[in-house]
Amino acid sequence: MFRIALFSMLNRRLTVVLAILTVALSVLLLVGVERLRTEARNSFSNTVSGTDLIVGSRTGSVQLLLYSVFRVGNATNNIGWDSYLKLAHDPRVAWTIPISLGDSFKGFPVLGTTADYFKYLRYGDEQPLHFTRGGMFRHTHDAVLGANVANKRNYVLGQKIVLTHGSGDGALSDHSDQPFTVVGVLAPTGTPVDDSVHVSLDGLTAIHEGWQSGSASILSTTGIYAADENRAIPPPETITAFYVGLKSRTSLFSYQRKVNQYREETLMAIMPGVALSELWQLMKVAEQALLIVSVFVMVIGLLGMLTALLTGLDERRREMAILRSVGARAWQIFLLVMGETLWLVSIGILLGMSLLYLALLIARPILRETYSLNISLYWPTRSECGLLLATLLAGAVIGAIPAWRAYRMSLNDGLSQKI
Amino acid sequence: MQDATPGQTAALIQVAGLEFAWPGTKQPVLHIPSFSLKPAERLFLHGPSGSGKSTFLSLLTGIHLPQAGSISILGQNLAALSGGGRDQFRASHLGYVFQQFNLLPYLSVIDNVMLPCRFSRLRRERANDVRAQALHLLERLDLLTVRNKPSTALSVGQQQRVALARALIGAPEILIADEPTSALDAERRNAFIELLFECAEENETAVLLASHDQHLATAFDRSISLAEINHATVNRHV
Repeated sequence: MFRIALFSMLNRRLTVVLAILTVALSVLLLVGVERLRTEARNSFSNTVSGTDLIVGSRTGSVQLLLYSVFRVGNATNNIGWDSYLKLAHDPRVAWTIPISLGDSFKGFPVLGTTADYFKYLRYGDEQPLHFTRGGMFRHTHDAVLGANVANKRNYVLGQKIVLTHGSGDGALSDHSDQPFTVVGVLAPTGTPVDDSVHVSLDGLTAIHEGWQSGSASILSTTGIYAADENRAIPPPETITAFYVGLKSRTSLFSYQRKVNQYREETLMAIMPGVALSELWQLMKVAEQALLIVSVFVMVIGLLGMLTALLTGLDERRREMAILRSVGARAWQIFLLVMGETLWLVSIGILLGMSLLYLALLIARPILRETYSLNISLYWPTRSECGLLLATLLAGAVIGAIPAWRAYRMSLNDGLSQKI
Repeated sequence: MQDATPGQTAALIQVAGLEFAWPGTKQPVLHIPSFSLKPAERLFLHGPSGSGKSTFLSLLTGIHLPQAGSISILGQNLAALSGGGRDQFRASHLGYVFQQFNLLPYLSVIDNVMLPCRFSRLRRERANDVRAQALHLLERLDLLTVRNKPSTALSVGQQQRVALARALIGAPEILIADEPTSALDAERRNAFIELLFECAEENETAVLLASHDQHLATAFDRSISLAEINHATVNRHV
């Protein structure tokens, strides 16, 4: 019986191959979209990991997240250096990373920070930052480039770069008097780190000496500030925000309360995971629309297969009559058609998944480099298996239609060859 | 009623008081008070197309059941069997040859011949060595050289002979052929009938051949016309 089914399908190989392809491409799209969706969400919610709280001046939590993590938009207010020191020396605190934003380099944000940034910042699955070339900044005018920044124009170590005061198109003027030297390049992370230029807080202070008015003073343009690399730089007056790692997560809420109730400045502390998922909610509509579209593609694919099967059935009436005449039971005819459909769908699913993995294998480096989207290869997850099972079940339901028709037909036609 | 007595003359096929109408219609297309086929008999059933010949054969093969009357084959009342049981029964005891297009195009000639033995254990056991018997039948029908060819590569005459081999493998008691020669020319027609008889004799298989072609009747033991035995009024206008 199996042999007969196999040869019968081989006899109709064009239709069969097209039906399999229809299912395969639908599966490819459905699971592909599901996987991209999951990966994008994972990559997004793992932009920051290992950081318990982010502290900034009081604003909306999503806004604080946007400028402190994604370097989008501007801080409404800065944090005074004194306040930072006080909060950072709390006994519950294990480490802090101060960040200072505002300047840019060819459109990329410049981030002033300390060596602790490279020591404590984690992304993804608690992964630390790595250098592909060089190391972290040691002198006032050293800069460490994110992977995308370095790749864009193939910056090499030792190259001089000039930062721009302010950011975006409205940027005012260049800090051409005090160029920075590239001393390190970070490995790609798939997070906004890739798009940042990292300098020391001292470096930012140094290039802004004499800029209190908002533009370069005569003194600063002479270049005397830049002359001495080792001169003492005063601490910055303010920073934009700081990341906090606590010794124990149990003190999370008490420390958060302390920040929120800090008297000398109006500050707030947010949990990055919570804020990230709030931000993701905004994108959820688009994400779900994508999934719904791919579900519909799957339905259309299965209906296409149904059409092919039903059309083929009329041409197979003679075949059914012959099988009945040599003793095939009516239920065997039902099984023949049903089994064929299930087989088609199964092969389609397998082919679709193979194509998916092939596509992922090919697209992985491209996605990583172009979109900083890190897609890992793993076996189908439970929800993907659910999708595949649903596809198989839908295939079974759809396959029952031609199978039932064939069953009725073989009961009525019997041995008469209706042509 | 003359065959009602049990014993060595028991009929292979015994029809009594048969009435059949298509579902949804009231007029019966068949009303056959009596019909029988004896063991190893060669019976010619004459009927023009549209006379209900195919319908009658579908009743004999258990595809459809009559509304009234009974059909017994080898003493088994078909109505007493379930649908699947009738399929099984047909597979084991009946060989069937169509007018044309008898073969599955995607199987080789020999696979087509062995097909009934896939569906009936009885015929598989009777054939003993299925492949050997298939080869023997093919040799007998002068088809040995084409045994591994796809059935689509055969001429119509060859295809009908393959169908004959298939109908006879595993020695079923009854061979039913529905217009098996209408696709053949006159010369091959007689040769085909001759071969059919020879092979049927070897297997002691009774033959029921239905055709509109009265010329064939002479070679048979007995010839009846469907119009004579069918008392249904609906077909009288032909």
